[in-house]
Parts: sequence; structure tokens; C-alpha cells
Amino acid sequence: MSNSKILANSVDVYYGSKQALFGISMDIKEKEVTALIGPSGCGKSTFLRCINRMNDLIEICKVSGSIKVDNEEIISDKTDVVSLRSKIGMVFQKPNPFPKSIFDNVAYGPTIHGLVDSKNDLEEIVHSSLKKAGLFDEVKDRLNEPGTSLSGGQQQRLCIARAIAVNPEIILMDEPCSALDPIATAIIEELIDELRLNYTIIIVTHSMQQAARVSQKTCFFHLGELIETGETNKIFTNPDNTKTQDYITGRFG
Amino acid sequence: MNNSVAKEKIVSLRKKRSLEDMRFKYYGFTAMCLSLAVLVFLLYTIFSKGYTAFQKTIVLLEVDYNQDVLKLTPDSSEEEMEKGKFFRVKKQAIENFFPDLSKSDIKLVKKLFSINADNEIKDYFLDNPEVINTKQQIWVTAHSDVDQLLKGNSRRDVPEDRRKLNDIQLSYVDQLVEENRVKQVFNNFFFTKADSRHPEIAGVAGSFMGSLFTLFTVFILSFPIAIGASVYLEEFAPKNRITELIEVNISNLAAVPSIVFGLLGLGVLLNVFGLPRSTPLVGGSVLALMTLPTIIIACRASLKAVPPSIKEGALAVGATKTQAVFHHVVPLALPGTLTGTIIGLAQALGETAPLIMIGMIAFIPNIPTGLTEPSAALPVQIYLWVESAERGFQEKSAAAIMVILIFLFMMNAIAVFLRNRFERKW
Repeated sequence: MSNSKILANSVDVYYGSKQALFGISMDIKEKEVTALIGPSGCGKSTFLRCINRMNDLIEICKVSGSIKVDNEEIISDKTDVVSLRSKIGMVFQKPNPFPKSIFDNVAYGPTIHGLVDSKNDLEEIVHSSLKKAGLFDEVKDRLNEPGTSLSGGQQQRLCIARAIAVNPEIILMDEPCSALDPIATAIIEELIDELRLNYTIIIVTHSMQQAARVSQKTCFFHLGELIETGETNKIFTNPDNTKTQDYITGRFG
Repeated sequence: MNNSVAKEKIVSLRKKRSLEDMRFKYYGFTAMCLSLAVLVFLLYTIFSKGYTAFQKTIVLLEVDYNQDVLKLTPDSSEEEMEKGKFFRVKKQAIENFFPDLSKSDIKLVKKLFSINADNEIKDYFLDNPEVINTKQQIWVTAHSDVDQLLKGNSRRDVPEDRRKLNDIQLSYVDQLVEENRVKQVFNNFFFTKADSRHPEIAGVAGSFMGSLFTLFTVFILSFPIAIGASVYLEEFAPKNRITELIEVNISNLAAVPSIVFGLLGLGVLLNVFGLPRSTPLVGGSVLALMTLPTIIIACRASLKAVPPSIKEGALAVGATKTQAVFHHVVPLALPGTLTGTIIGLAQALGETAPLIMIGMIAFIPNIPTGLTEPSAALPVQIYLWVESAERGFQEKSAAAIMVILIFLFMMNAIAVFLRNRFERKW
């Protein structure tokens, strides 16, 4: 229990009067990949967006309960959302590079946080982030070209590099491969496997195969409730709950 | 049997449907042709009435820069030269040209020349002081009445008492024409001079500069305010009743008649704050208020068009809301906001009523050089000229309309260019 990174306790989320999440409690371990699976509209993305308070953007969204990151409560008015988000990076469903150069995309985070003093430092961070995202070799000769000129898979890795550049501890991925072809997906999955060594990763995915391939822990959501959570191997081979069983064998969802 | 009846029905209905298609196509085509025809007719009328204003009539005079007549010496300083008696050399030149004129006829002949002729004779001398005591052939501007006669805008076959030029004057004009001492050249005065009581030396430069200064004021005032207001409303304002009320009223404001803004300028800017009357500063402020809603609406639309994923991306790396908005959303919306602003400015350029209210309708014979100097504006200038009885102003007003149309056309071209150049596709 000592290496628990995120501890959620009975999290409820409401969109206006509609309740989207019902008492989610979860324990996410450090330096592991946790996959959130479940049919569309089951609340897995909503839960993910609670962790870095991205739900704040939605005016009608109300979150209650408790989520602790490194034993610090984040569902509170006192939480410093900006530094929380620099600690918890996020990769979105659709690659969303800024319409700026590849270099500027990665450099943006470190620059606004004042992580660098000199141009050389900045260059080093950008290069190392791109390397960690496995993109450096492909783009090293054209760092000044717009990020939007890259292919979909490359754009997504650029977004991962952008998230890494501010030195986060946790990376949230919201269906990062849903807009990508199988080859690009495979590359990202490999990357996730490497990133696991340094980061705690939570990934929302629609693809059960992907969850099985990349994650150590899997959580199954259904209609806003967390049905089952456990070792990925166990969930996919011998789940305790029949709903989980039905979902992973493709009987619904 | 049943089957074939159904088929026939389908076929006949199909014919009807395609006929409908055809009919609608022709309706649309006719509508387009009609509007184009009206436009072409409009442009043709303006052009055919106005193109002559780009030419002026000049007359060749032989001027004797005699030092005694001028009361100057070859050693005179420039200041003294400025005060030379150039009207006397002009008079002499006219007398020399028509040697047997009676005194009353001299007056009539002098009226064939523009009031500006003295200045032209003087300017030639100031540029070439060495011509003193020599005779020079100089082209001077003819009076508007001569100009209009030679352009065929005023007719000579009407009774004398309904003509600007009487029979004697006509005969002198004919004599000048016969001797090839009259020609038509490009009318530079139209572009270099401000308004004047004399049509031949009235130009749009003053009102053009006035409009430019006014638009500058509009831009300086409305662009930052519109950006600020629309960014706040779009990104920061809480979604509640008050915000909604403000939004609705901005749209309402866009529909307020412009003269109301003119009254506001008169009542508040001139009478309460005591700003100088008839100036681009006041005109621009009033027009800025008028165009503000238009620009805000355009700005908000272009801010809305920036995909939220960009803002989310910035927030997710830990940007504050302000950083996300000003580093990412606003720069991406800028081409759209600029386009909206230019369209707002184009609207302001053509606006007349509010400027009349704040006194920009005054007769201003010089070209303004600053925001606080009295000046006219192009649409008001057109209004003033159209109202004038003198025939010479009629072509001037049509020509000024051409100037304002070209001005508008260029502004819209810039807007289109900006949109195409910087527009992003997601």
C-alpha cells in the first residue's frame, strides 16, 4: 500500500442533475499502467478528467468525494490546479498539437513553468522529451516545421512529448489510439510500455486487446459504477463479476 | 397491370420533379442577373457621370514677368517674391491676348480663368525665379464654367440668361479653342486639394484624410475594446443571467440606427466632455461606438471557431487560463477578428448621419493633419457636393463616390486576403 499514487474515495460526479459517476473508489499504484475500460458513456473518461481537474472546464460538472494524489487532496477549492496539471500530464483522444512548430509545441510547457534558464537547457529538454516519446529520430531535421504537418501517430507522440516535457509524475491518456491506424497504435503501445518505468500511467481505452497488452491493472466501468478492478491478467481471464465477463467476451458494449 | 400503372406514376412524377429543378434553377439565375444588372447600372451611372472629374481644362497664357508690374527685382528675397503682384501680370496677359477689350469685357474674360490662376503663375515664378523680365507660356486652370462647357456638361443652346457664360464669354472661349490654347489634362487638384467653393479646385484630399484619421480613431478605440470584451464574454464570463443579458444587448446595439450614436456624440462627447467639434477624434469615437457591436460579434464568432482541444492542450500542460487564452486561442482567432474589424471599419467609412450630428459637415477648405483638426469625411463630402447647385460639383460628387467605392473595395480585399492567408483548417 505504500506505493499508492492516487487514492480515490467515493467520487461522485454530476453533470447538472444527471449523475455520471457513482461512488468510485480506486487505488492506483505508482509506475504501473492502469487501464480503464467499459462501454461508451460509462464514465471512464469523466473519472480520468477528475484526476487533473479537467472537468473544471465544464461549467455544469460537479465533483464530490475525495481523490488524493501523493496523499494530497485534489478535490478541493484550495487545490492549485495549475501545478496539479504540471504534475499530471494528459494526452487526449484526438491529437491536439498547437499550430506551432514541433519545437515550440514541446517547449511551451517548460517555458511557462520557468523550468529553464537558457536556450540550451530548453533545447535539451525538448530533445530529451522527444526522445522519450520516441519521436526525435523522425523529426530531428525539421523541428521548425509545424506540429500539425506530422502524421496522426506522430502528432500523438508529439503530444506525449509535450506532456513529458514538464516532468510530470502521472500521465493520463484518454483513448490515445482511437484516431490512429494499427501501426501507429502499436508504436504508441510500445512507448507506453517504456514510459511505465518512469511514470504512473492511466489509460482509457475502448479496445480490450489494448488494455490487455499495455496495462498491469484494469478497472471495468459500467453505467457510472466501477464494477471490478484487479490485475489485468485476472480481469481478462477470470473476472469475478459476470458483467465484466459479459463485456470482455463481447456480449455487450 | 397494377405494376405498370405504378411505374407510369413514378415516371410522370419524376418528370415533374426534374421540371421543378429546372424552374428553380432559372428563378435563381434570373434573380442573380437582376441584381447584377442593377449593380452594373449603378456603376455605369456613377462612372459615366464622374469620369470627367478626373480631367480639368487648362488655358495657355503668355505671361510677362515684368519686374515693374510685379514690383520685384531680380535680387528679391523669397519672402518678397511671395508678395509679388501676380494678379497684375495675369491681368496684363489677358489684356495682351485680347488686345481690343473694353473694361467690362475684361471682367468677363477674367471670369474664364480659375481663381487659382494667380497662384499658378506665382508658383511657376517661385520655382523658376530666373524668368523675371521674360515672357513665358504658362498653362493655367480654367474656370469651372469653361470646363463644364468644354466637357459638354453644360449646354450652349439654352437662352443666355439661363447660362453661366454669356454670348461674349462664349465667343472668347471659342477663340481660345480655335487657337489651340485650351486642353484637357489630368486633374491633379482633385486628389491634392481639399474642399473649395470653386469646383475647379475642389478635391477629395481633405475629406480622404479626414476619413483616414477617423478610421484610425475607430480602429484604435474599437479593436482593443472589442477583443477585450469578446475574450471576456467567450472565455471568462460566468454563464449566468447577467452575461446573457449583456450578450443579447450587444446584438441589439448592432441594430441601433447610426444617427442615435451621432446624438450620443453630440450630447456627451461635445457638450459634456467638450471635445473639439467637427474633428476625426469625435467622429471616430462615435463611429467606434457604432461599429463595436459588429466587431464584438465577429470576434466572438472567430474565438468560438478555435477548437477547444487547443485550449485543453494548453491547460493540460499547466497553463493558466489567461495563458491558454492569450497564447493559443487569441492568436488563432486573430485573422477572423481582423477580418471582422475591417468589415466594421468599412461600415464606419460609409456612415454619414452620425458625422453630420457632430458637425463634420462643416465646410473645411484645408487638409487636416491631425485628429483634433476640423475635417470632413468622404461620405459627408459627397453629400455636400451633391447638394451644391454648381454644375462642376455634380461630376465631383460622382467621382468622390468612385473614390469611396475603391477605398471600400480595397478594405474588403484586405479582409479577404487576411482570411485566405491566415485561415486555418482543422
